[in-house]
Amino acid sequence: MRALSIATYLALKEVWRGRGRFLLVSLVIALITLLVLFIAALGEGLANGNRQYVSNLNAQLIVFLQKSDTNISSSQLQVDTVRQIRRVDGVAAAGPIYTSSTEIEANKSPLKVSLLAAEPGQPGLPPVIAGRVFHTGDSGEAVIDQNVALRSGFQVGDEMTIRSTQGGTDEFFYLRVVGLTSNQSYFFQPTIFTSAATWEKVRPQSAADLKDDTPYPNIIAVQLADPKQIQSMEMQLLTKVPNIEVADIPTTINAIPGYSAQQGTVQTQGVFTLLIGVLVIGGFFQIQILQKVPQIGVLKAIGSSNGTVGASAVIQIIIVTAIGVGIGGGLTYLFSLGFPPTIPLVFNGTSSLFAVVALLLIGPIGGLVSVIYAVRIEPLKALRLQ
Amino acid sequence: MKEIVLEVRDLVKTFILDGAPLNAVDHVSFQVHSGEFVALVGPSGSGKTTLLSILAALLTQSSGEVFIDGQQLSAMGESERVKLRRSRIGFTFQSNNLIPYLTAQENVEFMLRLNGTLGKVNRLRAEELLARLGLEDRLRSLPAQMSGGQQQRVAIARALIHNPAVVLADEPTASLDTERAFQVVQTFAALIHENQRAGIMVTHDLRMCKYVDRVLQMRDGKLVNECKTRIEIEALARGEH
Ligand SMILES: Nc1ncnc2c1ncn2[C@@H]1O[C@H](COP(=O)(O)OP(=O)(O)O)[C@@H](O)[C@H]1O
Ligand SMILES: [Mg+2]
Repeated sequence: MRALSIATYLALKEVWRGRGRFLLVSLVIALITLLVLFIAALGEGLANGNRQYVSNLNAQLIVFLQKSDTNISSSQLQVDTVRQIRRVDGVAAAGPIYTSSTEIEANKSPLKVSLLAAEPGQPGLPPVIAGRVFHTGDSGEAVIDQNVALRSGFQVGDEMTIRSTQGGTDEFFYLRVVGLTSNQSYFFQPTIFTSAATWEKVRPQSAADLKDDTPYPNIIAVQLADPKQIQSMEMQLLTKVPNIEVADIPTTINAIPGYSAQQGTVQTQGVFTLLIGVLVIGGFFQIQILQKVPQIGVLKAIGSSNGTVGASAVIQIIIVTAIGVGIGGGLTYLFSLGFPPTIPLVFNGTSSLFAVVALLLIGPIGGLVSVIYAVRIEPLKALRLQ
Repeated sequence: MKEIVLEVRDLVKTFILDGAPLNAVDHVSFQVHSGEFVALVGPSGSGKTTLLSILAALLTQSSGEVFIDGQQLSAMGESERVKLRRSRIGFTFQSNNLIPYLTAQENVEFMLRLNGTLGKVNRLRAEELLARLGLEDRLRSLPAQMSGGQQQRVAIARALIHNPAVVLADEPTASLDTERAFQVVQTFAALIHENQRAGIMVTHDLRMCKYVDRVLQMRDGKLVNECKTRIEIEALARGEH
């Protein structure tokens, strides 16, 4: 115990008396922290923009067309599939979801949105937080995400113009905003929701599509009576309903085009930034130890144990890293206050916490070699290295 | 009769140099009593530092025995040696003596910290000892802010503060000018006599011997001469040998 208190004493004294030098290293760590936290937030933000609608679905399973590889846009189900699913025991509710994307004519510039259709009261249509749900049938009504309202300026009661390509020519449609929902980004775009009939009319279509006026759902969101029975219900659905494929929500999210690749890229950037941190800290402490050989020799010669010397080196590294991560975290917080809501940065607890833990580890990992080196210095160096 | 604090019996240290064995310390025997200050002199390469390293439990001998306070060094494990170094031995080194990020006072107190004896009384003793060495207004100075002579005096205080049995000094005057060197050695000798320590000072400067009680001369690892009387020592210090 005395060894540890002496180690702490030495570490604190050394850091304090060399605070200029150590602060410099802490600042480098702070910048790395800033970078890593922003990368994590960006990754989280991008992921969110991609998956938010799907991960907020009030459902446990998603039904796709067979052989669609759980890819939402390449799946197109038959109209009666939803009825077959609802008949399966253990299914509490099933909601068809129709996906597309289009552009709304906002006052400033056109805004790309995801155009989704779902049935009121079924999974697939998120809760409306203001106004009301659209009427079914070709009502020409829409519920829009708050983010759409924020960016386009449209409010409940407004009429918005949609530009959509119909077999090669651009046509304009009018939708009345009747309600608002929140946090429903899909495919990097904020969403607007309509009835299936309205969706079929206003969505962009190829010439071939135009001939058929029946809306076909891309996927069906299935809510289970017992949300824990995901695996057995997956089997049930596959045996009872023909021509389908079933996936849980995480699988569906991972199969969103580009999702995994993008997350992989962001994570690689994060890991490389951390590696740079390890090298910077490792380099600094290694150089420092090399300069300190005589004084560590003296420490040992006058009776400090190897444990004391090693612990002091470790404590010092932890102090410097912790200060750096602290400063970096503070800087990140200050910067994040000044960012506009359109930039997809999400400082969510888990990924930021994960990044902070990784950052706190880079010090000890980077400094490991120097600590081992310090422990191995022979006390004889006090007499011989002059 | 003063008690024997340090005893060296037929000590040998053999290095292999370019494939051939070399006795850096070659069958050396002597004793040092409490309150006695001994100089170890000899030309460069004669084995002084090697001998001192063995006495300090920093290097193990090839054969022979060293007893400090009656304890046999060769019978000790590494952790016992570490403990012996911090409790029974005091050190000054040629250079790089002090911990650079500790003040003069903290450097001296560090010895007490290591031994778990840093209390109010001992803190005061450390201050008094530094004052005795003329450093009363440098207590809070860092080594880099002190001259070589001041640093060497802080090192002497550190070597004595924890009441060690043996004080070992390797070339304590190497980086000092003559006048400073005399001052430092004189104070060193006085403190060793007052506190009844056994002191061994390695030096290549024979003039420094005028403050010691005995001079051991080494050559090629062997003790070749011993000056015991005041007359012999003074003559040696004047260079009449
Ligand atoms: N680690 C070692 N390995 C090999 N030879 C050594 C080693 N240390 C010292 N020596 C040799 O031992 C002899 C005595 O050296 P040293 O004790 O340093 O003498 P001094 O301190 O009197 O100058 C020298 O010849 C030196 O080269
Ligand atoms: Mg030497």
